[in-house]
Amino acid sequence: MPHIRLPDGIPGILGPMAFSPATAKPINELVELLLRAPNSLSQGEREMIATYVSSENDCYFCQTVHGAAAAHYLGDNEPLIQEIKRNFETSPISDKQKALLAIAGKVQKGGKYVTTEDIERARQKGATDTEIHDTVLIAAVFCMCNRYVDGLATWASTDPERYRESGKRIAREGYVRSVDHLPVNTGA
Amino acid sequence: MPHIQLPEGVPGIVGPLSFSPETAKPMLELAEVLLRGPNTLTSAEREMIATYVSSQNDCSFCQLSHGAAAAEHLGGNYKLIEQLKENFQTAPVSDKLKALLVIAGNVQKGGKHVTAENVELARQRGASDKEIHDAVLIAAAFCMYNRYVDGLATWQPEDPRAYREMGKMLASQGYVRAAEQRPAAVAAK
Repeated sequence: MPHIRLPDGIPGILGPMAFSPATAKPINELVELLLRAPNSLSQGEREMIATYVSSENDCYFCQTVHGAAAAHYLGDNEPLIQEIKRNFETSPISDKQKALLAIAGKVQKGGKYVTTEDIERARQKGATDTEIHDTVLIAAVFCMCNRYVDGLATWASTDPERYRESGKRIAREGYVRSVDHLPVNTGA
Repeated sequence: MPHIQLPEGVPGIVGPLSFSPETAKPMLELAEVLLRGPNTLTSAEREMIATYVSSQNDCSFCQLSHGAAAAEHLGGNYKLIEQLKENFQTAPVSDKLKALLVIAGNVQKGGKHVTAENVELARQRGASDKEIHDAVLIAAAFCMYNRYVDGLATWQPEDPRAYREMGKMLASQGYVRAAEQRPAAVAAK
């Protein structure tokens, strides 16, 4: 049961977002910019970073829904997402993406864990300042979203099919519109 | 030295915010709504939650700038902020705020550390669902801001006077307006 009264049957972060639309707006805008806006990193690569950090934070809802979005962008490659969560260093992704995931993993532990060696490795594999910046910020943002979801003990579906649907909807409609269909909260 | 090329002499989060103005906008709006928007918790109380979480995350810039904002909201009571960081349970703040700080401290460790007992205690001490929600989200948001600041190894001033100025600015102008008033040299990136 959630720690506060949230609308029934609304999964994960969407519950608190319906509860608090004023804060949902900037959070969704931020996620939209980071994960879907034009970028030299593909949407699949950025969703992978979000998924990996959410997995390290043990946030079931976030790792499953963003994992579904990432898989969808990558031609419905769900096994790849599982491999990345298990051990991204041995998974079939680019060396640059591995170096960025290493940075994201450090950010998840705490900002000061990121070393100049981590950054140098990413740069040697071709990462730009903007890509390094975006990786750090995506990882930081998911340290927020994961805590928001689990800190309020929100409800999450365990039906993989629902997450596949959500992954497709994210790819199609993005994050800003994700709250449009939710009931407007009047009790907060 | 910062991990990426940021404008020089720009402190803490202001560096990356200048580097990436598109993402800066919603980040500042979120801080504005959470810390200064209409709320039954005072801005001082909300800044105290931000300060405490930043202190637990060992983020020097955030704990000093938000600590200064909290102190300035309280008429310059910097001593209280030090007491709060040392041990909020013995600090002269309300029992309700103490219960919300317990929740915030657990969010800092990870969302699942927040227990039904933590929430029940806050409720017994008069916290509403909205206040519990806001305490959780402020704590979560500062787990983001702190990582942004330290994950890029931003430059952070050591002079406490610099933070007093920031605190005054944040307490009087807020986040969105403080950012608009940044020196032009900073915005030029």
